[in-house]
Order: sequence, then structure tokens, then C-alpha cells
Amino acid sequence: MREAEVRRLLGANLLRALAVILSALLPPFLLDGFSLLGTHLTWICVCSLCVATLNIVLHLVLKPNQSPKRRSFAHKISRFLKCCIYFFMSCILFHAIIVLYGAPLIELVTETFLFAVLLSTFTTLQCLCLLGPNIQAWIRVFSKNGAMSIWESSLQITSMCSILGAWFGAFPIPLDWDRPWQVWPISCSLGATFGYMAGLIIAPLWIHWNRKQLTYKSR
Amino acid sequence: LNIPSRWPVVLFLAWVCFLFFAGIGLFMSGFLLTRIELASSSSCSDPLVPPPWERQSLPPGSCWAPQRFSKAVLVIIDALHFEFARFDPAKTSPLPYENKLGVLHQLATAQPRHARLYRFRADPPTATMQRIKGLTTGSLPTFIDVGSNFASYAIQEDNLLAQLVQNGRRVVFMGDDTWEGLFPKKFFRSYFFPSFNVKDLHTVDDGILQHLYPTVDSGEWDVLIAHFLGVDHCGHKHGPDHPEMAKKLTQMNEMLRSLVDHLGNDTLLLVAGDHGMTETGDHGGDSEKEVNAALFVYSRTPLFGSGPPEEPETIPQVNLVPTVALLLGVPIPYSNIGEVMADMFAGDGDTVSAALQQLSVYHINAKQVDRFLQSYSLVAQDLPAEQLQHLQELFSSAVEEHTQLLTQVQGTMVPPELEPRLGSLISRFQHYLREARAVCTQSWARFHPPRMVGGCILIASSCLLCYMASELAMSSQSFCHSCLLYPLFWGPVGAAVLWLVHVFTQEGLDLLLVSSWAAAVSQLGFFWHWWGQHFKRAPWLGLAFPMGILFFRCGAMFSDSFVVAEARVTPFLLASLVMLLVGKLHWDGRLTVPEGPKQQLLGFSSYRREIWYLLCLVAMLLVCVRLSSFFHQCREEIPQCRPSVFLSPLASLRNTRAKNLFYLLCVALLAGLVYAVQSWLRHYGNLNSSGPLVLFVRWGFPLVVLCIACYWAVASSADDSLGKLQELVQVAVVVFPRAVYGLASVGLLLLLCNPMTVFAKDTRESAGSIVTPYLGVPGSEVDFLHVIPQIYKRMQESQKSWLERGSCRATIAAYGLGSVYSAALVIALTLLGFLLMLLHSERLSFAFLLLFVEAFVLLHIHTCARAEGTRLAPCQPFSVPWYAVISWLLAASQFFYSTGHQPIFPAIHWNAAFVGFHLDHNTNLLPAVLVGANTFASHILFAVGCPLLLLWPFVCEMSNSQRKKLKKESREELQEVEEHMMEMRLRESPEEFSTALLRLGLKYLFVLGAQLLACVCAAMILRRHLMVWKVFAPKFLFESLGFVVSSICLLLGISLVMRVDCAVSSWFSQLQLR
Repeated sequence: MREAEVRRLLGANLLRALAVILSALLPPFLLDGFSLLGTHLTWICVCSLCVATLNIVLHLVLKPNQSPKRRSFAHKISRFLKCCIYFFMSCILFHAIIVLYGAPLIELVTETFLFAVLLSTFTTLQCLCLLGPNIQAWIRVFSKNGAMSIWESSLQITSMCSILGAWFGAFPIPLDWDRPWQVWPISCSLGATFGYMAGLIIAPLWIHWNRKQLTYKSR
Repeated sequence: LNIPSRWPVVLFLAWVCFLFFAGIGLFMSGFLLTRIELASSSSCSDPLVPPPWERQSLPPGSCWAPQRFSKAVLVIIDALHFEFARFDPAKTSPLPYENKLGVLHQLATAQPRHARLYRFRADPPTATMQRIKGLTTGSLPTFIDVGSNFASYAIQEDNLLAQLVQNGRRVVFMGDDTWEGLFPKKFFRSYFFPSFNVKDLHTVDDGILQHLYPTVDSGEWDVLIAHFLGVDHCGHKHGPDHPEMAKKLTQMNEMLRSLVDHLGNDTLLLVAGDHGMTETGDHGGDSEKEVNAALFVYSRTPLFGSGPPEEPETIPQVNLVPTVALLLGVPIPYSNIGEVMADMFAGDGDTVSAALQQLSVYHINAKQVDRFLQSYSLVAQDLPAEQLQHLQELFSSAVEEHTQLLTQVQGTMVPPELEPRLGSLISRFQHYLREARAVCTQSWARFHPPRMVGGCILIASSCLLCYMASELAMSSQSFCHSCLLYPLFWGPVGAAVLWLVHVFTQEGLDLLLVSSWAAAVSQLGFFWHWWGQHFKRAPWLGLAFPMGILFFRCGAMFSDSFVVAEARVTPFLLASLVMLLVGKLHWDGRLTVPEGPKQQLLGFSSYRREIWYLLCLVAMLLVCVRLSSFFHQCREEIPQCRPSVFLSPLASLRNTRAKNLFYLLCVALLAGLVYAVQSWLRHYGNLNSSGPLVLFVRWGFPLVVLCIACYWAVASSADDSLGKLQELVQVAVVVFPRAVYGLASVGLLLLLCNPMTVFAKDTRESAGSIVTPYLGVPGSEVDFLHVIPQIYKRMQESQKSWLERGSCRATIAAYGLGSVYSAALVIALTLLGFLLMLLHSERLSFAFLLLFVEAFVLLHIHTCARAEGTRLAPCQPFSVPWYAVISWLLAASQFFYSTGHQPIFPAIHWNAAFVGFHLDHNTNLLPAVLVGANTFASHILFAVGCPLLLLWPFVCEMSNSQRKKLKKESREELQEVEEHMMEMRLRESPEEFSTALLRLGLKYLFVLGAQLLACVCAAMILRRHLMVWKVFAPKFLFESLGFVVSSICLLLGISLVMRVDCAVSSWFSQLQLR
């Protein structure tokens, strides 16, 4: 059972990573003048969209946390709306934090906001899919012994890796190499993406290696 | 308990500081070579000129020696390595940089008496600016030429251009705009092009080529200088071994070919490289490839007496200056130490007349060098005396022989063996000039790697010592014996041994070597005695996260881009550190309510209430950090940067309404600061006593603010047309700042004399109920509501004996005893803040407000995190965690930038030296102190405030317990009182208190020292880097000065706390006596 679930997780994560890679490779064939660095904002939109749809589809297909109760349609709608609001709020929050970290306040607002959207896609959206609009569950997951399933462990790892990647992505900005990818926010969004992908790969491996130590509390 | 060990703490910290200072000094003496610039300059009428019989023959327009050329063209090709200029027809497959300057070879072979190629040895540092200085002053510029004016790069020393201009020559310049800063307003006409962008190969060269030939043809010039940068930039961008370099050199070849065609017969052409380049295209250091440049000389009339030697002669770069000066008939610049190139003075005559001519220029040259050495040795002692003595002997004997020979020559009959005697005399002058140059080179132009490495090791081991000592679990008594007294003993012993060695071997010895030797020996002593001590391991994982941030901070010192961008790097790291702290607390589950069975069932956790408080604090901190970035100064390395508008003084604002608005805001801010400090003190009951200090806080603070406000008003309207009030304004501009200085020093003195801000009320006199003493509180009834009485339990105990004798029950109510240490520090910080704000421009007081708010928020975050951390796992209350110290220091360097500073010399606020002093200073000390205080304002404030990191959690204890009290009324009285002890807990265990202070100080010094070590290592390892003199060396200087200032202020802050402790002790003993 455990092994099978880890394998499912690995498959899902590989699909997500593939989506990110395809979001960079496919559009040049469909869109004129698309390039990862040249039309970076388009790429951010495409990548966020791809990852978001794939996450939602995977969530619907795999159903990692089936709730026993059947919910009414109205309840589902309100839940969905709540999710949207949460997502939007997390974008705003990320935007604020990025600006507080030193991003330009007035110029390049679109760039900063799209970067915040990308970060939210990598972190908040997954939380929303897995845990629903339930802040207290989120708080629980992101603490030491809070993960209750391998899906939640994976969520922990990928979110942290994305944030860490974005953080490290800020490092090359001041260097005087004059490379096109040093422009705000390209290095950061690339860092976040690489971090996310690394997290996707690391998570199943880490869970596999630590499967003896990992004991999830049953509900 | 009665004799707390206060002195060893201060002594130990002072000793550690001394270790660091010795390391800094040792490194600096090996790295930063200094030289003093002399203000004197040569003139035509100087008594150096040859004897009168020869003088009469000087043609008009000549000084010192007959003019040979009326015009000269100096083409400087930046980084023209000798190999670039050499032409070897035998080479079949030349590298991209070889055999490209064919025109030089053609001229030299076709007209051997007209043209010649030399190896041109540049002196390190081989940076362009220093080389230009060397090429024009004939001296050896070091990194710091101590001149009269630090603020601009302009050359103050006597130089070739100044001489030319002084003697009425028209100098036209085109090319590198570095010259604009070095020689402002010296050029008859100039075409400057930006040199900063190393990636740009063509702008400067194409610009010059556009103007070069028209200018040459127009004839409106006497000396033309063209400085080409393309070759250097090509080296930086591609390296020498690249096709681009071939293109660039071919372009230069074409340029020279057509330039030669444009020249007239009376024109001297000089083509010179200012330095060479390494295989990677860099320069700056002293490697063979970097110093090996090329010089090519050409004239249309025959210049040399004989054909060229087989192998091109090697001549030092400074030799160009006297040669060109005498050829053009102007005096040699005063500080020149170069030697004339004699073969260019041979002329057309026979060998004897040629030798006589050469002898006369050598004589002039030697006299000038001797004059320079004598006046230099009067103002500086860095040239060794015995060598100067030796030089003096050489010179006087040569001059004596010269005079003898001349009299013989004059007496019509030709002396026997004239030629060999002339030859030997010339070589004696040569010998003198070369010796003189060697002596100067030795003390001005060479790094001392052993000293640099020694300094580096000393700083590194001091850092290690700080870390070890701060982790050492120690009881003070044994500690101070083994780890302080013995090392202090070993230090002088080491110094004495060195002195003995010196006595026996007669080696050179200076104070710096002795002190660093003593430091090293005493450090060894410490480690020797420390070896026996056991010390507990700190958990590595817990250390990893603050130390990781520190590691990034130190790593950033090794990249010039990060040093340039440090103003943005430190806030980033500070924000990351605080976010990580909160994240870690959350991860450890410190912020969530422990899961009860019910919540476990539901599967969620909820936050404790305090978390919102913590999150608000963090948000405030982030906002402060972000806002502080609006006060940054700019560096020239970031061309698109615009300096903050807040940096300029209000007087420069044109818009009157804006000016008034800003002025009112600034004054309101000052008043708000005073109000905040007073209400903080009142809140903790420190504003009730009637002591002089409290009176000063009540009435002196507003007075200080009033004075500052008046000064700002007067200073910002000084330019307006005030007419007859002008004189009054002049007086006021001086009087108000002096009043502030006076008031602030009075306040600090009061603080030192009587730092107690405690109001004690004895209930024995009015033996009524407990309520009655409160009526005696000074201040209104409203104040009384804020005043929280702290009943000090220990006092009762200490009074027990007395109480037993006297039968009546009595207590003493002491107001403000719980925060007596912090109150003293807060008062000191406020006073210092006023002083430093006065030294900055008006609108930077916003930055200071941010500084105070941020420090306050940081302290609260630290307290909060500690409280949350200790809730589950109680830890030692007396140790300050690393993250707090590191964040405190990050904030300090963040505000260095946010008070409008940058670690470069042009960014220093020089006008701070004239706050309160009207353009006259008798000594250099006072302006240095004022400018230093201005530059290191944030270092000073944060270092003095450092003990607050230890005290604050105790101060904030009360509010927490109060909240608890509200919740649970039924609490035991005893525990209640215990909760109220606040800072008196520290007094209860004086041993631990002083140990905690010592540890805090050591941690602070460790973090400071780690940053310094990174700077020192960067400067040492990257001493060949292109940016070493522009980025790393200034950064190192500022960092080490900042270290000195910070460590001294840290000592002062800790001593202040000790002083308060003494006062509290005596206060208690007085109580006991009563």
C-alpha cells in the first residue's frame, strides 16, 4: 500500500515537472517570437497556467484525501470561490513580501505581480488542492511533525524548495555579468521553478528513503 | 556577592579589541602603502639652475635647461604591453597581439637616430589612475596619498601639466575622462569620453580619432595628450589572445602612421602604455606582465646620438617626467624621483659637448631629487634615516666633483682625460638617482605579503578566540585567572623577548611589530590555558541558521559587485534572518497551541494569541527595512542610480513651501522622539525621581531639541537674502550647535556621575496604609495611572535585620528599579542620537527615526522569540542567542547605508566637520572626530545599545506577567513578586550578570571580526583584481575603521552598564545603612 502510494506520488510529481518543462519547450512552436528570456512574462503565465491545470486535474483524478461525506453542490461552489479568494490573497501577500525584500515599488509592478502568481502557483495552489481553504490545516502541515500523509510531506518539501529557489535566485541580480537572465524577475522566477522541480524530484526519493522513520498519525 | 567582578570583563574585552587592532594594523602596514603629498612646486626661478655662464645661453621660453622641442604629442595607449609594441619579422604565425604595430618598427629601423622603443616599467599599483598620477608627477603614487584634500581625486602635487600651464603652454587633451577629475581646469581644450564601461571598446577611441587630426593640423596647442582606452577594455573583455585585440592594435597602428605624417619638425612624439596586462587581461598588481609596458619616442629631427642597442633598454616609468620637462624647457615637478633619459639630450655635437650637456641635465635632476628628499624627510619619517644619510653623502660628493670639473673646463685649458672623467661623473649621478628611487620604491610601492598574512592570521585567531571564549562555560573567578591574567602576562613577556632579540641583532623594529608580536604571544597564552578548560558544545543545527546568514554576508565581501550592491544585500539578509527565525519557531511548534485531544481529533492546530503580536512586529521590521532604502547614496559603479533626495540639505531646496513642510516635519520628528523616550521612561517609572539626571531628561531634552530646531532653521535659510541679519546668522550657525554639544556633554556627564533614575519612597515615615505613599509621587494623577510601582522583595529581606529591631512593619517602594540599566542606556542613546542627527543633513533625521524604530522592533522580536522559545524548553536566561547579535549587526550595517553613506571616499559627508565651527580648525583631531561620528553614526548607536539585547527581555517581563495576572487573578503572591523583579534578577546573581555581559561582548566582537576578516581576506586575495583600489581597499578601510569605532563604543556601552551596576550597589548599601 505504502509503496504503491509512493509510486503514485512519483508519477504525479514527474507529470508536474514535465508540465513545467513543456511550458518552456512547446510555446515556441505555437506562439510567434516566444522565448523563455525574451518574453518572460508570457512564459510565467503559460507555466503558471500549465502547473495550475495539471494540479487541479491530478487532484480530481487521484483524490489523495477523499472526504467520506458527500457534499452538496452549493457547498462545492462556495468552497471553490473561497479557494479563488485565498489564491488571490496569497498572490497579494507574496507581492508585498517581495517588495519588502527589495523589489522596486512602483516600476515593474506587472513583473513582480506575475512572479508572485508563479510563487503562489507553486505553493498556495497545491495547499488549496490538497488541504482546501483551511488555514489551520496549512499551519499544521508546515510544522515539524505536522504532515499526515506522503502527499503532505511532498507538499512541505516542494513548497519550501520553491521558496528557497526564489531566494537563491535573487543572488545573481547584483553581479555585473550583463546577462539577459539577470533582469528582474527572471533569475528569481527561474530559481523558483528550478527549486520547485528539484522539490518534485526530491520529495518521493526522500519519502522513500525515510519510509521507516515516517509514521503518519492516523486520523 | 559584594564584590562583583566587573573589571575583568572590561579588561578582557579591551584585550580582545587590542588583539584585533594589532591584526588590523599589521595588515594595513603591509597592504596600504601611504605617502605624504608635498604642496610645494618648482618654479623657473628656483636656485637649482646651473651656473651662470651656462645660464646666459638659455634661449627664451626655457627654464632650467634649454628647450629642445616646442611641441609634444603624448599618445597613451592604455595597457600597451611591451609585447604588443615589439615587432619581430621572423615570426611566421604571430599571435593576435603580436606584430601588429608595424609602424613603430618601420620608423625605428628606417631612422635609428629619430626613433626608439623602450621597455617601460610601471610601478605597482598598476591601476590607470595611479599610473596617470605617476606619469605626470614623476612620483610613486600609493593607494592613499595623504594630501590636503580627500574630497576630490584632483592631483594636488606638483606635476607636469601644472608646470606646462604655469609656463604658458597650451595643453589639449582628448580621451579617458579620468583626467578630468585629476586635472580640473588645466586644459586649454579637452574632449573627454566616458571610461567607466569596460565592455565598450570603441567610444573613447573613435571619439579621439574624430578630433585628433583636425586638432593637430590647427596648430593651436603646445602639448597634446591623447589617451586611448580600447586596448585595455579589449583586454578586460576578451583577454589579449583574441582576434578583437588584433583589430584594436591594427587600428592603433593606422592611427600612429597617419599621426606621424601630420607632425612638424619641432614636435616630439611619445607613445606610451601606462601598464601591461596579464594573460587574462587584468592589471592592478605587480606581476611581470602587468608592469611591462612599452614606450616609443620619435621626432622628425635627429634625437639620439647613436644607434639603438640590440635589446630595447628598460626604463622606469617615472623617468618620462624629468625628460619631457627638460626637453620642453619647463621645470621638473617638485616631487619627481625619476631620472632623465640621457641619450635624448646628446644633441648633434661631438662626444665631449654631448657629455657636458648630459652632465648638466643630470646635475639639475640630482639637485631637484635631493631637494625633494630633504623636504620629504622633514614632514614624514617613512624613509629610513640611515639610507637618507647615505644618499646625502653620494649626492654631495658627486656635486663637489662636478663643481671641480666645471671650474677646470671653464679655465680655457682642456683638462686631461676629460672624457673618462665626464663619464664617471655621469655614472655617479646616475647611481645617486637610482639609489634614491630604490629607497622610495621600497617604502612606497611594494606590498609586504608576510605582514598581510600575519595580520590576517592574527584577526582570524582573534575571531576564533572570541568564539571559544563566548562558548566557554565559566565561573568568572577561575576564568579571569586562567584566561585573562596569564595571557596579559605573556604579552609583555613576548614583547620583552622581541626587544632583547632586537638589542642583540640590531634589526629594525617598530611599535606595530612589537604590539602585534605581543598580541600573538598573549593569544597563544590564552589558547594554552584554554586547552585545559572544558566547554560545552552548542547544538550545531541551532547555530547553522544564523551562522549561515553570517556566512553569506561574509562571502559577499569577496565579489566586487556584491560590495557595490551591499546597500541592498544587508537589508535582504536581515529580512531573511528574521523571516527564518519566525519560520523556525513555527516549524518547532513554538507558536501553536499545544495540541489537546480535541484538536488532535479535528486535525488542526491554532495559533497562540501572541503570534499576532510577533507577526505585527515582523511586518513592522520589514517595512522599516524597506523604507530605509530610500536614503541611499550612490556609487559611480551603478550609473543609473540616483542619490536620494533626502541627502541634500534643506538649504538647497528651491521650493519654499516644501522646505517649510520638511522643516516642520523634521522638528516634529525630534519632538516626537523626545516624547516617546519620556513616555517610555515614565511607563517604567524612571521619570519620578528628582535627581539631576531625571531633571535633565525632563527639561534638557526639549532644550536640546529647541537648539537643533533653531540651528536647522538658521542653516537652511542661510542663503536667503537676510540683509543686515547676515552677521547674526553667522553667529547663530555657530552658537546653536555648540549649545547642543554642551548640553549633550552635560547630559552624558550627569549620566556617568549619577545614573540612578530610581525614586524611592519610604513608608516608615508615613506609617499609614500602602496607598498613602503614592500621593507623594511627582506628576499628575494621570501619570500616576501609568506608573507601575515595583515593590522590591529583596529589599525587604535585606532590611529584615533592621525590621526585627524596629518593631513597626515598613516597606520601601522603589519606582523604576526594574529598568534602571536600560533607562541609562536609553538616555545615553537618545543623547547620542541628537548629536549624530545634528551632524547629518536635516532630512536624514527620518532615517534616524527609522533606526530607532527598527532597533526597538528588533529588541521586541528578540524578546518575543525568546519568550516563545523558553515556553516549552527553558534555556539560560542570561545568554543572548546568536541570531539576535547577528541581526543587530546587520541592522547596524544596513543603517550605515541608510544614513547616506557608502564605503568610498567621495561619499564622505565632509561638511559635518563644520557643524558648529566656522571654517577654521586649529587641529585635525576635531574635524576627524566629527566626520568619523557622522560616517559611523549607526555603528556607534548600535554598539552602545548592544547591552540592551541582554536587558530587554528582563524589562519586558513585566508586561507579560501583567497580562497573566489579568487572566488569572488568583495567583500566589510570592510568584507575583518574583515576576516583577525584571532587571533586578541580574543583580541577584552578579557573577552571571558580568559573565553574560562578557559573552555578549565577545559574540558581538566575533560577528564584527568575521566581517572584518572577510574584508581583509578579500583585499589580500584579490589584490591583483581590477577593482582592488576602487572597491576592495576602500571597503576594507571603512570596515576596519567601523570595527574600531564599534568595538570602542561597545566597551563604552558595557562600561556604562557596569557603572549603573556600581551605582545600584551603593544605593542598596545606603538603604541598608538607614
